[in-house]
Order: sequence, then structure tokens, then C-alpha cells
Amino acid sequence: MAESSSTAARPASETGTQLVKRGLAEMLKGGVIMDVVDPDQARIAEDAGAVAVMALERVPSDIRRDGGVARMSDPEMIEGIQAVCTIPVMAKARIGHFVEAQILEALGVDYVDESEVLTPADEAHHIDKWAFTVPFVCGATNLGEALRRISEGACMIRSKGEAGTGNVVEAVRHLRSILGDIRKVTQADGPELFEWAKRLQAPLPLVQEIHETGKLPVPLFCAGGLATPADAALAMQLGAESVFVGSGIFKSDNPSLRAKAIVEATTHFNDPAILAKVSRGLGAAIPGLEIGKLETTYADRGW
Amino acid sequence: MAVGLLALQGAIGPHADALRALGATPVEVRTPDQLAAVDALIIPGGESTTMSKLLDTSGLAQPLRDRLADGLPTFGTCAGMIVLARTVLDGRADQNSYDGIDVTVRRNAFGRQVDSFEADLAIDGLDTPFHAVFIRAPFVEEVGEGVEVLASVDGHPVLCRQGRVMVSAFHPELTGDLRLHEQFLQLADMA
Repeated sequence: MAESSSTAARPASETGTQLVKRGLAEMLKGGVIMDVVDPDQARIAEDAGAVAVMALERVPSDIRRDGGVARMSDPEMIEGIQAVCTIPVMAKARIGHFVEAQILEALGVDYVDESEVLTPADEAHHIDKWAFTVPFVCGATNLGEALRRISEGACMIRSKGEAGTGNVVEAVRHLRSILGDIRKVTQADGPELFEWAKRLQAPLPLVQEIHETGKLPVPLFCAGGLATPADAALAMQLGAESVFVGSGIFKSDNPSLRAKAIVEATTHFNDPAILAKVSRGLGAAIPGLEIGKLETTYADRGW
Repeated sequence: MAVGLLALQGAIGPHADALRALGATPVEVRTPDQLAAVDALIIPGGESTTMSKLLDTSGLAQPLRDRLADGLPTFGTCAGMIVLARTVLDGRADQNSYDGIDVTVRRNAFGRQVDSFEADLAIDGLDTPFHAVFIRAPFVEEVGEGVEVLASVDGHPVLCRQGRVMVSAFHPELTGDLRLHEQFLQLADMA
């Protein structure tokens, strides 16, 4: 060839496309994303094999205990975590707070979580996520909510569960609701799809796409209340493609050991012999809360 | 034709789809027994530090080294390229090297996610450009004797081949273009 490819200039390229944004979510599949509040925890998470960390000032169980308004973390704290991590760093913005998201994008975080764990900034509108180069993950409790977030530009959906409780029951409810309705939509006929779109309050083209493909157009991860390797494997067997673990790791007796065990359980989620091996001797898990006794359920935030 | 797909973590599904579209049968590999049963292997994109840990904890580290030394045809994309490289820069101190191909790779070389990009790439041996997706991608800093460089970005190799090992910094599994998977199956005498 006249021109060696090794000396070729950079071809015309495009950043912030849906392919690039959803692509990173693809790369995080089969992994564990861990909440961390400082560089030491970030190191423990990366050492344990986390695929990404979520940088935040307080884990959800502390937000729940302390009350008050929960906001985006201090940029200095996020940069401190970026400085010690080689894996992707995510951070949370309040629902509807597009300026917090702009700041997180300027910091170079790898994913923004528009999160119900923080106190919402807007009671009607979520962030226009198409306007950003950085990709977004959003929570959902049901298929309609997931599709509304995708129509706003979210490139990853996580079932919400109930963060900071150490109780997996809401995560299971939300995953089953999303995946159960997907299965029903695949069986619907043409006129029924119109009715599904109305019932889900979701765009018809997305409902039709799910009817064709049998899955969400973006990866579906699970979050909110996971505390044990068995919880992670349960989410994966139900059909989640990765798991977020927040308070469940660093509010347990032995975070490093538990984090490693949850990473292994997420990979070998279908192998009970390995699950039995990694579940041994982890010390006490986060104590956990009953959902009926909560003052605030974060999962109700979002519209 | 059973092609192994290292299924510890990462973008496993899209590679499986590409293999099926070419008439090959993808076989997920998570244990030493599963690795022993395959005649070729794809190491997908994902998080290379996570894969490195899981290769250790799953008992696959030594068996993979042995198979690579025996000439197992292997295709590594993105994180898979990092796993297969002789030397990794900007990795973790405890990140294993599997020495499948004589290249030095820099992790996250193109920057963070906001710098991730897609572009049409000229590839030696292909008539038309290949639409390539780079996600927090690595590139090759140095190649050893006998390594063919098939494509580059900004002068940095992003697609290389040595013997029966192919590595790409980008994700051919995400764009539906099967040409590189097809080349790999030919390399593995499976096409």
C-alpha cells in the first residue's frame, strides 16, 4: 500500500454517540459497581475487582440516617477518587438537576447517575440526557419508567430497589416488574402494543422495539438493597446484567472480603457450588431494614 | 465449530451473536474444564482489572497461559487486548500479563469516557473502511518482532496480529460488521 496505516492520521471521529454511551454499559456487564465515599474505599473496591465505582459523599444508609437534603458530591472528593482509580468512576446528580450533571461532565466522570437517592431538584422533569456527551444511568421501578428514562436519553437502566436498606425485596419486585412486562409485550399483537404504550406512558416506537427484540434497548442492571453474594446472584438469575452494591459492602463487617465474594458471585451466578464457597465466613452483613417501617422510600422519587 | 468466549465479565453477548451469524458455536468459558474443551478463544471487552482478578480466582490463569503457549488461536478486543499483551502500561501492579502477543499496551490511552469515539478505520487487507468504536480504549505503544500492525489511529497501532493471536483496541462486536470475526475464524482454521 502506498500509505502505511501506521502513519495514518486520526480519521474523522465522533464522541458522545449512543453507540459509544451504550457501549460502555455493555463493557460493565457481568460486573459489580460499588459505592465509595473516599479514596481508601475506592482502592478496596478496585482491589476486589469492581468494574466501576460510584463516588458519593454518603452511602444511602447514612443519607437515610442523617436526613436533610442530599446533593451532588464535592468535586474535590470526586477528583480524589478519580486520582486513585483506573476503573470507570460514576457520580450522582439530583433528579432534574442538569447543572450538577454539567459539573460532573466537566469533571470527566465516566457515567452520571440521575439518582433518586439524592433529593430531587425538579418534581416534574428529568434531565435532558441527549444534551450531554457523558452517558447517564437512571433508576426505574417498572417498564414504563424505564422507557421514559430511555426516551430522555438514558443509556443504562438500573432497577431501583430500595437503597440503603440491605433488603433485596424491592430490587426483586422492580426487576420482576420490568422483565415480566417485557415478556408480556413480546407476546402482544399490533393493537395491544398501542394499549401497552398508553398504559406504560411510554413512546410507542420503544414499545414496538421491545416487542421485536424481547429486551430493553439499553443494558438493565440491578440496584438497591443487595447485601450478600446470594443477593447478587439472585438479581443475575432473574435477568439483571450487572449489579450495583451500595451500603451493602462498606456497612458490613469485612468490606474487602465481602466485595471480592460479590464479584465472584456475579460472574458465577449460575454455579451454586461456587456461590456456596464464596458465601462462607464473610462476617456480618449490613443489618438491614424492613421496607414497611421506612419514613422515606426513595423508589417513589422519579416521574 | 466451537469457539470459546471468556465469560468472566464484559460484552459477551455481542461476540456470541457475531459468532452465531458466521455459523460458529460460541461456548462460554468460566472454568478450567470449559477452557480445556475449546479450540479457539475470544476475550471480550470489559474491565481488564476485573478480568485479571477473575482469571485468578476462577483457576484459569495458568491454564490460559499454557493454552496460549501451545498456540491457541485467540482474539482479544479492548480489555481482551490488554489481557493478551506482553506488557501493560497504566495498569495495576497486580494485573497479570498473559504474553499472548508481543505488544506493549497503554490502558485508557485515549482518555476517559467523554473522549470515547467512533470512526471509520482503514484496515490493511480490507477493501472498505471498518466502522470502529473505541470505549475508554487502549492503544499499542510498542510492537515486537513478527507483530503485524493492521490499523492505527494517530500513529498508534489499534489492530495487530502475531501468529494465531489477533488483538483490537476497538469493538468489532458492537457494529454488526463481521469481517474481523471472519478473519479470526480463518486464522483458527475454522472458516
